[in-house]
Amino acid sequence: MIHFSKLISAVEITNKTNDKIAALVDYFTHAPDKDKLWLIAIFTGKRPKRPVQTKLMRQWCMQITKIPEWLFQESYSTVGDLGETMALLLPEPTHQIEKTFSEWMQEIIDLKSKTDQEKEAYVRHVWSGLETQERLIFNKLIGGSFRVGVSKKTLVNALAKYSGIEANQLMHSIIGNWDINEISFYDLLQGEHINYDNSKPYPFCLAYALEKDLEQLGDVNDWQVEYKWDGIRGQIVKRNNEIFIWSRGEELVTEQFPELVEAIEKLEGDFVIDGEILALKDNGILLFNDLQKRLNRKNVTKKLLQDVPIGFYVYDMMEWDNKDIREQPLSLRREKLEHLFSSEATNNKTLFLSQIITSQNWQDLISVREGAREKDSEGLMLKQKNSPYHTGRKKGDWWKWKVDPLTIDAVMIYAQKGSGRRSGYYTDYTFAVKKDDKLVTVAKAYSGLTNEEIKEVSRFVRNNSIEKFGPVRTVKPKLVFEIAFEGIALSNRHKSGVALRFPRISRWRRDKPVEEIDTIETVKQLIHSPN
Amino acid sequence: MKLVKFTNKGIYCIPGKFYLDPWFPVDYAIISHGHADHSRSGMKHYLCHDESKAIIQHRIGADISIESMPYNKAKTINGVSVSFFPAGHIIGSAQIRLEYKGYVVVFSGDYKVKNDNLTTPFEPVKCHEFITESTFGLPIYNWLKEDNLQKQMHDWVISNQSKNRTSVFIGYSLGKAQRIMKLMEGVSDMYVHSAIHNINNAITSSGIILPETKRWTVDINKKEIQNKIIIVPPALLGSNMIKKIPNAATAICSGWMQVRGKRRWQSVDAGFPVSDHADWNGLLSAVKATEAEKVYVTHGSQATFSKYLNEIGIYSEEVKTEYGENEDEGVDDENTKKAS
Repeated sequence: MIHFSKLISAVEITNKTNDKIAALVDYFTHAPDKDKLWLIAIFTGKRPKRPVQTKLMRQWCMQITKIPEWLFQESYSTVGDLGETMALLLPEPTHQIEKTFSEWMQEIIDLKSKTDQEKEAYVRHVWSGLETQERLIFNKLIGGSFRVGVSKKTLVNALAKYSGIEANQLMHSIIGNWDINEISFYDLLQGEHINYDNSKPYPFCLAYALEKDLEQLGDVNDWQVEYKWDGIRGQIVKRNNEIFIWSRGEELVTEQFPELVEAIEKLEGDFVIDGEILALKDNGILLFNDLQKRLNRKNVTKKLLQDVPIGFYVYDMMEWDNKDIREQPLSLRREKLEHLFSSEATNNKTLFLSQIITSQNWQDLISVREGAREKDSEGLMLKQKNSPYHTGRKKGDWWKWKVDPLTIDAVMIYAQKGSGRRSGYYTDYTFAVKKDDKLVTVAKAYSGLTNEEIKEVSRFVRNNSIEKFGPVRTVKPKLVFEIAFEGIALSNRHKSGVALRFPRISRWRRDKPVEEIDTIETVKQLIHSPN
Repeated sequence: MKLVKFTNKGIYCIPGKFYLDPWFPVDYAIISHGHADHSRSGMKHYLCHDESKAIIQHRIGADISIESMPYNKAKTINGVSVSFFPAGHIIGSAQIRLEYKGYVVVFSGDYKVKNDNLTTPFEPVKCHEFITESTFGLPIYNWLKEDNLQKQMHDWVISNQSKNRTSVFIGYSLGKAQRIMKLMEGVSDMYVHSAIHNINNAITSSGIILPETKRWTVDINKKEIQNKIIIVPPALLGSNMIKKIPNAATAICSGWMQVRGKRRWQSVDAGFPVSDHADWNGLLSAVKATEAEKVYVTHGSQATFSKYLNEIGIYSEEVKTEYGENEDEGVDDENTKKAS
């Protein structure tokens, strides 16, 4: 595992993407071909099923280290990762095992069919034969998930640098259908198993935040106005009966959205369209957090499909009938788009044509924008009707015009340690507002503070909490924060009776005493009174 | 016998009428070591180890009333025999041993069991009551062997040099910086920030020899520092001063870097688990070696470590102190990292 362990060390010892790419290129230059295939498989989520139950591994680790359960738990909540916790707790190795990466993977696959006794003997033998770092890698390989700060995109960029092949083609190749035992590393890179012509995407056209007065934009009739949505920007490519969904980050996410593929299959012809993937349920749009559950998963379960159904709001077309139409004006592209959707999409639950908002003057649009929140929208998009579909970010033709967030002042009452990158610090907070002489929770938020502030809050939590053990701390209600959010609705699921949309910390109100935080009544008044 | 009690000003010796590492101004303070959370300003009189004297004067003021003595030598104060034993934490760090009518209490201050080839190595002291720190009181903290750690750091610098990068190490001025200097001695020319430079001067004034370094200022020609090593205190993390170093790779040196998540959370390239504190096994072996019948656990993972000691049959209580809660220059950064 020398090459692999060296690679992991190399990517962990830098936060410069170029260094990571260089380390990967070095790996592709020196490691055996079969190992390279495994690396691609592991980093793209094509991993074997977990062969040993987590529960058993914890038990063995506690037996070896003679650590009581509660202390194991304390350690785990500080480290934030089970495989790493065990790697750190286990004693120094008594011997040295050296195998190639693919040999390890084969053994892990074979382990699946063994008895629990055989599994235990194997794991104990391996643990006592590896250094901490390699033990960590072994635990992560058994556990399946292995995040080392190498995204699919970084991997693809490294492969592109190593091979000279176009990055998007490589993205298609590695995401495509391939079996580690049936393809060579060379053929995988060459894309022997795929037809890249069918998936090739266009660069996305990106918008700037509006920075002009509306009057400077000229005649309102020259602009196509739509709602702006907070979802995942997606490009759907349909050519020769193959369908691909690309995300903004140039990653293929086709497998994550099967219902969207199904809906697209029903449309006639070849095309490339641009739009927004949104989580839609009960006539409303779910939070972005919910939508994220659909990403980064190998298997989209039935339950997930039911819990977080998605829809696609289509707003542009870049290719029709195998012809690039990006240079045609938006108005014409829109006509073609409407034509595509005229027959089928009307009775579809997944595909929606982005609604065009018409208005006589800019003044009307201001009030439409203010009402955007009631439609679960973030604001408006303004697109010049004459504009081509630009490559990347070009100023002037596409503007996003977002509504200002709503804010309340609330006090922190619970804090929880983060995991992974933020392990060890209290980063997840629960906030409350006043209800008569009591406090009632209204939101959970974990972003918006600087590292320094997180450290300071963590120190406060340690010194002002009731519990001594476990991950959640109840703290004295002292720290006041301004919480920003995009919308608010009545909700039975929450004790406070309201649910906030996309809450986050906008600032720490050190100046504000707890007595002056909002009450649940003032919070409820924000419902249906935008801004 | 009640020899010491824990007050809101610090650890108080009842018959001796003096305090150990107090955090409020008192008449007579006996100081374990020079970090700012242990040696605070405002005391009428200070007693410390010989090698800490210049450091404390440098930090608090040359005009304070201060006396010092070497390890293993006793001084009697109001009938209490006071002596210092090496704590191995930083240069001049001492465990404070108190003996009164045959009853012995030892206050560890901060300590490190492993030898760093710079600080006088830790010596266990038998006692009836032991007051121990617990900064790294979780079994996940087990330090690498010194040569292994050194190799990792050397490899990193050499790899940086192959990419024409300057290696910037981040470690607090008193203790960690000298540790890094010792670990990296001979690998490359070393430059230190002026805060570290001044501390180095205070240390060498008591006759200690440190590895050779140059003072780093922003006026130094950028060509001169290329490929070299620069050591800076944590306050400079993310500052323009560091950002202006062309082609720099940065690394934090702290025991907290043992955990991957911590390394990745900081906006630096690398993290090396270089600690001036005892690891889990170090704490356990130190506690056992004292054969104390009662163990008080202070700053760090006091709840966890104390609970564990009780479970393995060593009577223990946790004690709240204000160590590791100060962010002044010169503070033990590993302590505040935990507290932050």
